[in-house]
Amino acid sequence: MKEYVIIGNGVAAAGAIEGIRKSDSTGKITVVSEENHPVYCRPLISYYLENKTDTERMNYRGADFYENMGCEVLYGKKAVNIDARAKKVVLDDGAELPYSSICVATGSSPFIPPFEGLEKVRNKFCFMTLDDAFAIEKAVNEDSRVLIVGAGLIGLKCAEGIKGRVKSITVCDIADRVLSSILDADCAFVIQKHMEENGIRFLLGDSVACFEDGSAVMKSGKRVSFDALVLAVGVRANTALVKDIGGEVNRGIVVNERMETSVKDIFAAGDCTEGYDVSSGEKRVLAILPNAYMQGHTAGVNMSGGDEVFDKAIPMNSIGFFGMHAMTAGTYDGEMLEEKTEKSLKRFFTKDGVLKGFIIIGENERAGIYTSLIRERTSLDTVDFDLMRKTATSAAFSPEIRRKKFGGEV
Amino acid sequence: MKRVYVNEEWCLGCHLCEYNCAFANSGIADMATALKGKPIYPRIHIEGDDKISYAVSCRHCSDPICVKSCIAGAIYKEDGVVRIDKNKCVGCLTCVLVCPYGSLAPDEDGVMQKCELCMRNSCGEPACVKGCPNRAIVYEER
Repeated sequence: MKEYVIIGNGVAAAGAIEGIRKSDSTGKITVVSEENHPVYCRPLISYYLENKTDTERMNYRGADFYENMGCEVLYGKKAVNIDARAKKVVLDDGAELPYSSICVATGSSPFIPPFEGLEKVRNKFCFMTLDDAFAIEKAVNEDSRVLIVGAGLIGLKCAEGIKGRVKSITVCDIADRVLSSILDADCAFVIQKHMEENGIRFLLGDSVACFEDGSAVMKSGKRVSFDALVLAVGVRANTALVKDIGGEVNRGIVVNERMETSVKDIFAAGDCTEGYDVSSGEKRVLAILPNAYMQGHTAGVNMSGGDEVFDKAIPMNSIGFFGMHAMTAGTYDGEMLEEKTEKSLKRFFTKDGVLKGFIIIGENERAGIYTSLIRERTSLDTVDFDLMRKTATSAAFSPEIRRKKFGGEV
Repeated sequence: MKRVYVNEEWCLGCHLCEYNCAFANSGIADMATALKGKPIYPRIHIEGDDKISYAVSCRHCSDPICVKSCIAGAIYKEDGVVRIDKNKCVGCLTCVLVCPYGSLAPDEDGVMQKCELCMRNSCGEPACVKGCPNRAIVYEER
């Protein structure tokens, strides 16, 4: 009987469990979970604070998931090292778990810069986990002035999530625009304006020099007084377990398209990994939930002796703030084609005869047709792209291609 | 498994399928009360131009990317049918971002909905198929 150890209990872990059980219904699966929660939908923590969901509905799977999947979950335990020779995972309480194969699904941790005076700030939080959301929920009230350091996806979703609970929110970022990792300057400005109209204050192109007496002193000299501080500067992949035993690690644990690391019988999936982005042709950390599930699933199938590859990863995000929605995918490389209407802004990036990426703010009906062009590297010679860029529609394909897509089982 | 298919050579682009879908999923007993004077949010829609037209609804893929991508764990597969738990959906539109067919769209409240083959509504069989005047939409095994 095989013994599978899954380190981590997020969505990548859930994917691995379901992947393993596709072909192996009897092998022993042990999940090492640092968090004391069954797998939940981590991107929903801002929706939780916004009262748009609750802890019950945030569960990624049903209450009987682990039981149905025949898994043992070790809650509140941390894997501290892997003994690849003896094939054992060592936990923080000294317990040892023998393994046939491992899926490292350790996710990422918030990166906290060494700000001067940070140790004296009492009400400081990160915004990564459900427990972070609970802590913020407890700490803020209608009189709270909140400073969020970081205008990326995490910082801005946090701002939206707590808007209704607090007095004021200031978001600062060293970058000169919001969402600098996924939006270009023009699109970022549209989102920024909209958030400002909804009461969020921004200090961009500015960073914290130090914290003193309940205030942040900015490099520009401005002072921001706050009652609660949220640090959303960035994240770092949790790679130590693999790095410590000499496995290949860059910014994330390096995996191939079967989700194998460079160490035998050790697989990895999710935010801790660095996979291949087909839109840019480069290895990068793609810390998004769909990717985590798909990588996890692929790892699980291969751990149990199956054969699956996941070779269509691209960065992509669908994210809304106060009713304005942005969708992004791929890489913004090549020629830019813009479609602008009163209600929306679309930018497409094409190179070498294929769609490389897009940014859409506003009308996004059927945008998955665009995403699929990137993922499948569809030659734009086979698409009426003049029609397609105006509206996402399969009418832009030839009847033969459409018959393939719609005429049978897919 | 039986799925909904459309023969685009026969589709007239009359949009009746959209109305039949919206009615079947309205939970209201008569069509006029359900639809008259209201915007409709069907789970099937017509695409095309003056030359071709065809209806698009969920393909119930064998390996559905919407299920794997849903950040709320709201989309799942049951007996071959891709379903959504609307109670869990937060309206993030990630499913819209990934579906290669453009099959998902939100309802009037911004909650996602999709074709579930009319298995749990008053129609009991795909309403788009039943009401298609030119029999362009069919429900069959392929």
